[in-house]
Amino acid sequence: MIDLHGYGPRLAEGALITIELALLSLVLAVVLGLLTASAKMSRSWLAHRLGTLYTTVIRGVPDLVLMMLLFFGGQMGVNLFTDWLYYQFDIDIFININEFVAGVVTIGLIFGAYMGETFRGAFMAVDSGQIEAGRAYGMGPWLVFRRIRFPLMMRHALPGISNNWMVLLKTTALVSVIGLSDMVRVAAEASKATREPFTFMLIVAAIYLLIASVSEWVFARLQKRYDIGYGEVE
Amino acid sequence: MADTPLPLEVRNIKKRFGDTDVLKGLSLTAHKGDVITLIGASGSGKSTFLRCMNLLEQPDEGQLIVHGEEVRFKRTRHGREPADWQQVVRMRAKLSMVFQSFNLWAHMTLLENVIEAPVHVLGKPKKEAIEHARALLDRVGLTERADAYPAQMSGGQQQRGAIARALAMDPEVMLFDEPTSALDPELVGDVLKVMRDLAAEGRTMIVVTHEMAFARDVSSQVIYLHQGVIEESGPPDEVIGNPQSERLRQFLAPKH
Amino acid sequence: MEALLERLEGLLADNSIFTLQTLSYYGEGLVTTVQLVFLSLVIGLVAAVPLAIGRGSKRPWVKWPIFAYTYVFRGTPLLVQLYLIYYGVVFVEGIQETWLWVILEKPFVPALIAFTLNTAAYTTEIFHGAIKATPRGEIEAARAYGMSRRLMMRRIVLPSAFRRALPAYGNEVIFMLHASAIASVVTIMDLTGAARFVYARYYAPFEAFLFVAAIYLCVTFAILFFFRWLEKRLLAHLKPAGG
Repeated sequence: MIDLHGYGPRLAEGALITIELALLSLVLAVVLGLLTASAKMSRSWLAHRLGTLYTTVIRGVPDLVLMMLLFFGGQMGVNLFTDWLYYQFDIDIFININEFVAGVVTIGLIFGAYMGETFRGAFMAVDSGQIEAGRAYGMGPWLVFRRIRFPLMMRHALPGISNNWMVLLKTTALVSVIGLSDMVRVAAEASKATREPFTFMLIVAAIYLLIASVSEWVFARLQKRYDIGYGEVE
Repeated sequence: MADTPLPLEVRNIKKRFGDTDVLKGLSLTAHKGDVITLIGASGSGKSTFLRCMNLLEQPDEGQLIVHGEEVRFKRTRHGREPADWQQVVRMRAKLSMVFQSFNLWAHMTLLENVIEAPVHVLGKPKKEAIEHARALLDRVGLTERADAYPAQMSGGQQQRGAIARALAMDPEVMLFDEPTSALDPELVGDVLKVMRDLAAEGRTMIVVTHEMAFARDVSSQVIYLHQGVIEESGPPDEVIGNPQSERLRQFLAPKH
Repeated sequence: MEALLERLEGLLADNSIFTLQTLSYYGEGLVTTVQLVFLSLVIGLVAAVPLAIGRGSKRPWVKWPIFAYTYVFRGTPLLVQLYLIYYGVVFVEGIQETWLWVILEKPFVPALIAFTLNTAAYTTEIFHGAIKATPRGEIEAARAYGMSRRLMMRRIVLPSAFRRALPAYGNEVIFMLHASAIASVVTIMDLTGAARFVYARYYAPFEAFLFVAAIYLCVTFAILFFFRWLEKRLLAHLKPAGG
């Protein structure tokens, strides 16, 4: 058996943190992505510009820099705010930015920009005749979105979402740099302490590959569901 | 010179795809200056037959003799394969093919397309190849388009360019695989005219086509294929002018 | 030049963070980042061409090892690969006594190896996809004109595949630029390393990271425009407009 020098349980906890972090970031990214796509497709000049600015800046700057900016900068912003509260109102509180929350927010924010592009492309690929048909049958805008536009769009968006998810999963490794004990950080600590980097890093690599393979399977199933009615004639 | 070797001789070609016999023992002999047209309904095997002649498809049985040199085959566990690919390369260089969908190389200009194989396969000096290519583009009426990329040309221009590319090889035999089928009707005429000129100057050609007027006016021999078998064969006056079988009569009958 | 420096000094006089000293950190960091990214991209590109050809081979013992390599390197975080090579090299028994230690002692070489292996894996898949997308008819024409497999690869398949791969490869270059930020994790003073240093020294996260973000943004745009220009030149043949 592989000797983990007692790091086994911490490694497992780290893996759990990685998965939780990835899933929560994904939810945030999907929400932000839908908002961004709507903003970019809206007729409002301001919304369009804001959406474009967001996606351009996020995609032009390294993830790690954004993460440090939000984490370290965010902490300083919060400190300034609590200082101000103290001087103005004599309220003495101390808020410490939690690494996990910072990680979710940063990764969600980064991938919201990528998801925005995915969703925009997918919405534009939907046949407008089918939307019109919905309206013609007296559906309101929300009903059209929920019952027709969204399910049709998902078929086009899924490959992009799947792709973004795979990249997102790997990006979670960066939170180890701002101090969150995900599996990469645990493995790095263990490598230094035991001088056995291969054991720990290869285990972590294998876990990433495992998660990726499972995700691939899930996305293939989902794609099948949204492909209903589009499948090739058998 | 007692007897110059025949440009192309094909004997008893057989080909199966899975369980279907596509070609059931076909033979053909091309003398110098012959224009042989292969006609038949789609699925009759005429394109496969043509593609077997330069081994784009591997025939399961049969002999292939190009300019007196017989192609050697060997048996492998995947079926029959040419024994010597060097020989295949040499033989393909003598048979140049014009495709239904032109297949010009999209990342090269027309001129580059024409000189590509002469320079890199035949080892012709580049300067000489360019001179020759320009003369050929002249002949097919594309003097002006030498530096255009295929995507910038019409289908008819692309096909005439492809014919220039084939001519640049100084081929023993030219193989045409439905050269006008992918063209808009108004562009067919230019391509056929180039082909008629080639026939008139004594080029040896084997043409798979649906153009009955071309087959009747230009060919020295017409072969009618049905389900992988040569059903009728002979000079155009006989095969097209006086078809023997009911099937060929129906095939030739004007469609409404 | 000197006058310029003096003017700059005057401009910076009121600024406690952006002194000439810190600006030179950023400058050196930019040089390190560009070196690291450029070298890994060039070596990765050269390695990716034969790998991509082998990836499409019919022989299983050629195809599968390459597939396994790209699968692992594309499926795991670059940070893990960096740690593996960085710590892996450092902890090899007795390596510190060998001549190799002179180059391996600095984190630059392990980082370069990790980055190169990573970008080579992605580039291999990009090229493999582009090679597979070669129109069948063009390959048939090459065969029909007597080209050998080698000649066809060199003259027809690769030149057209490179052009097709250009947009995806442009993304890969930008991806590598951004991914290189993790070099700072193994104490390399790249751009991000400089920003972290300035942040730690002055405790000024906004100044330190916003400034470096702006530099990355500029470099990203420069790369983007370069590839746009290249595409316009090399992909002209795909545009139907007459010319």
